[in-house]
Amino acid sequence: MKQNDLILQTVTKVAAFVILLFAVAIFLGGHYSPGGGFVGGLMTSAAIVLLLLAFDIKTVTGILPIDYKLMIGSGLFISSLTVAGGLFFGVPLMTHVYQYVDLPLLGHISLHTAVLFDLGVYLVVVGVTMTIIQTIGESE
Amino acid sequence: MSLLHWAVLSPFLLALIVPILYKLFRQIHTGWFVLILPILLFTYFSRFISLTKQGDIVMESATWIPSLGIDVDFYVDGLGLLFALLITGIGSLVVLYSIFYLSKEKEKLNQFYVFLLLFMGAMLGVVLSDNLIVLYSFWEFTSLSSFLLIGYWNERERSRYGAQKSLLITVLGGLSMLGGIILLSIMGNTFSIRELIAKSGELMDHSLFVPALLLVLLGAFTKSAQFPFHIWLPDAMEAPTPVSAYLHSATMVKAGIYLVARLSPVFAESGLWFWLVSIAGLITLFWGSFFAIKQTDLKGILAFSTISQLGLIMSLLGLGAAALHYETLGENIYLAATVAAVFHLINHATFKGSLFMVAGIIDHETGTRDIRKLGGLMQLMPITFTVAVIGAFSMAGLPPFNGFLSKEMFLASMVNVLQLNIFNMETWGVLFPVVAWVASVFTFIYSMIVVLKPFTGKLQLQLLERKPHEAPVGMLISPIILASLVIIFGIFPNLLSSSIIKPAVAGIQPSLAGPDFQVHIAFWHGFEPEVWMTIGIIAFGILLYKTLPKWQKVTQWIPERISLNALYDNVVRGLERSASFVMKVLMTGSIRTYLLSIFLFFIFSLGFTLYWKDAFKLDAGNFAPIGIYELVLAGIIVIGSVAILFARSRLTSIIILGAVGYTISLFFVLLRAPDLALTQLVIETISVALFLLCFFHLPLMASRKEERMTFKLNNAMISIGVGVIVTLIALSAHSNKLFDSISSYYLENAYKEAGGKNVVNVILVDFRGLDTMFEITVLSIAALGIFAMIKLRLTGGKDKS
Repeated sequence: MKQNDLILQTVTKVAAFVILLFAVAIFLGGHYSPGGGFVGGLMTSAAIVLLLLAFDIKTVTGILPIDYKLMIGSGLFISSLTVAGGLFFGVPLMTHVYQYVDLPLLGHISLHTAVLFDLGVYLVVVGVTMTIIQTIGESE
Repeated sequence: MSLLHWAVLSPFLLALIVPILYKLFRQIHTGWFVLILPILLFTYFSRFISLTKQGDIVMESATWIPSLGIDVDFYVDGLGLLFALLITGIGSLVVLYSIFYLSKEKEKLNQFYVFLLLFMGAMLGVVLSDNLIVLYSFWEFTSLSSFLLIGYWNERERSRYGAQKSLLITVLGGLSMLGGIILLSIMGNTFSIRELIAKSGELMDHSLFVPALLLVLLGAFTKSAQFPFHIWLPDAMEAPTPVSAYLHSATMVKAGIYLVARLSPVFAESGLWFWLVSIAGLITLFWGSFFAIKQTDLKGILAFSTISQLGLIMSLLGLGAAALHYETLGENIYLAATVAAVFHLINHATFKGSLFMVAGIIDHETGTRDIRKLGGLMQLMPITFTVAVIGAFSMAGLPPFNGFLSKEMFLASMVNVLQLNIFNMETWGVLFPVVAWVASVFTFIYSMIVVLKPFTGKLQLQLLERKPHEAPVGMLISPIILASLVIIFGIFPNLLSSSIIKPAVAGIQPSLAGPDFQVHIAFWHGFEPEVWMTIGIIAFGILLYKTLPKWQKVTQWIPERISLNALYDNVVRGLERSASFVMKVLMTGSIRTYLLSIFLFFIFSLGFTLYWKDAFKLDAGNFAPIGIYELVLAGIIVIGSVAILFARSRLTSIIILGAVGYTISLFFVLLRAPDLALTQLVIETISVALFLLCFFHLPLMASRKEERMTFKLNNAMISIGVGVIVTLIALSAHSNKLFDSISSYYLENAYKEAGGKNVVNVILVDFRGLDTMFEITVLSIAALGIFAMIKLRLTGGKDKS
């Protein structure tokens, strides 16, 4: 029987972007509302997994030519740099700093080093999930 | 961070750039870049001589872990300085020698010099640290770099064997030393050596004193190759010869001696210390010299000779401890033993270093080190021969070389033992000079073997790999410098006595070697017993050397299979076998078995603790009211879980399991935990997808068809057991409020301290951010592990290329 996944594919084309945007939103908003790097990363992976389910691995690697192993490494690097960063300023490990600024368009927001740390977490989570799924998926 | 700190760190820093230098300047031998550093350091450290000569001590501190009392305090006193000078001085000569010994085309020079520099830095750290934990860290670093250097030619089976052996034995000792250090710190409440020395009086009566002493000595004995731990040193000779000359004769093996000397003020009052150190030294002295005669490999002879000489120094340090029991300096003949130990330590570094380099030259020029093949090289290599004669005659204790002087002092100290009337020495003391004399005869014999066998006799060109000729000049510089030192120290020993030896002795026995104490070394003291002993050694030595072929078989009276080496091999083999047995029993490869054992352990350990501690408690007053939503959700979960058991295919099970997971996330919504709910929802989605992928990889079930597993009572009991235990623990945990919940602290401080309103996220990235850091590290390792395992299986364990 020939598989017909037209509906899935069409929905995915729209939904994947929505999920991705939502993922970025909850990643950035994590410090004040539910979310953060971990969930954001997972949700991003979920979006990519949805793409994988609707299309196939080859198409998806064509769309997103990312080496997820490299992503793990860069994530770990960013996080550990943020952790160690305090040492260069004579404060203990993991000391975060933040500042409230007023930016045009965005308004009153806070800039926080925790976001950098969370960015590392985000990258690692996406990298790890996708490395595992891709490796297992490719080996079929 | 002072200049002294940078001096100790500089080898490590240079080690970082050596690989870059190697890549950039392939035409220039990397050794030339490295050579600069030990020379600089030697000059730097020699400036301290004028300070320590007056009894001053230079101390530089840097805090490292102040909360645990661990600081990087380096201090330079006479003893530390002596070793620092040896490390950098011999280090310079060895690096220079290695430039000509190791070819820049064929060898992995970048690795070699990195290892060598690591060692140099670590060894400097050992001898200059005041903090015992810092000392221990550097100590293990020397073991590690020695391991890497012995295994430098890692394609050779013997190199790997020797490297492993040295690592196992020295790290065993290192760990026991760590135990000793911890006991010392419990007794004295400090890790600082100087503070421990100040408290040594009260430590003596502590109940942990004897265990600490034994543990520390075990560390020192393994490192310094004392009987019966000496077996690693001969196998360490697989290292390139510059390494043997440096680590395994001049510096690293003397770390144990350093430790004994450094901690003498703490331990030496005890009779046990006196006996253990001197007896272990004497046995090693005899054992090493006796078995040196059996060897046929030139470096093998030198290895056993090093063992024997280390024993000699160790026994002198042991005897020196007796000095503490005599108040006045005037009649204190036992302090002379410590002086002899320090003097011999310097002498040994010079003559043994030169001999090792000679052995290296012979190996380099002829292609063999087997004394049965070598002979008649005197005419071909006159300079090397001269160096060898100076080194070997000094080792044998012949005048006018420096070995003669320290050997005389050694014999004198051994004779003085006869007058000792403490520690029951009246009865057994007589053994000391006898053993010392016999060992010295053997020392004389093997020294003659080292110099006479390769250089005299008949030249057998057909046995040699290449036609020998004199070594290149560069290779000769270092041994010539060492040989000149042998002569200079032999003729003018008092160059050293007040500048180096006296401050070093003051470091070993600070209570005795005060300002009145003077060291004077003289050639001739009149017809004392030691002169007659030396004459006897030479006479008997010559006699026995001449008749060597007739009695050499005696040295083989211990058959190979009951030797210490065989014991070591059997222990290692036994360990490997039992490890692989345990591995086979536990690691069946079936995940079901693993889960069974994990869950069984879980049930029994937790259940037992719960029962034994009588920890179960139910306090219903604390429970939240159960409403209709909770009942509905719980009902769905129960139905789903039961349905999994009866599902016809795995696919159905996976989907139902996902449904159960989603329901649980609804619980989080009910309990107003949006973060958890969100995370659980996404995780559930992804894990279902992942499960579906893995689904293809699962082996077919027993019946080859995808059928439901038959009911198994064991599995049912285990799964119910796990459920019951978890429920009980959850209920008890909720009912036992032993302390206030930390959540109020987080709620109060999340915005104040960390500027975040989402407490869960603030905990993740800030309050407990280090946990998150390690969690993502573990995740990454897991992902790379899965990647590696699957890719390896796909290529059948072979490289794709």
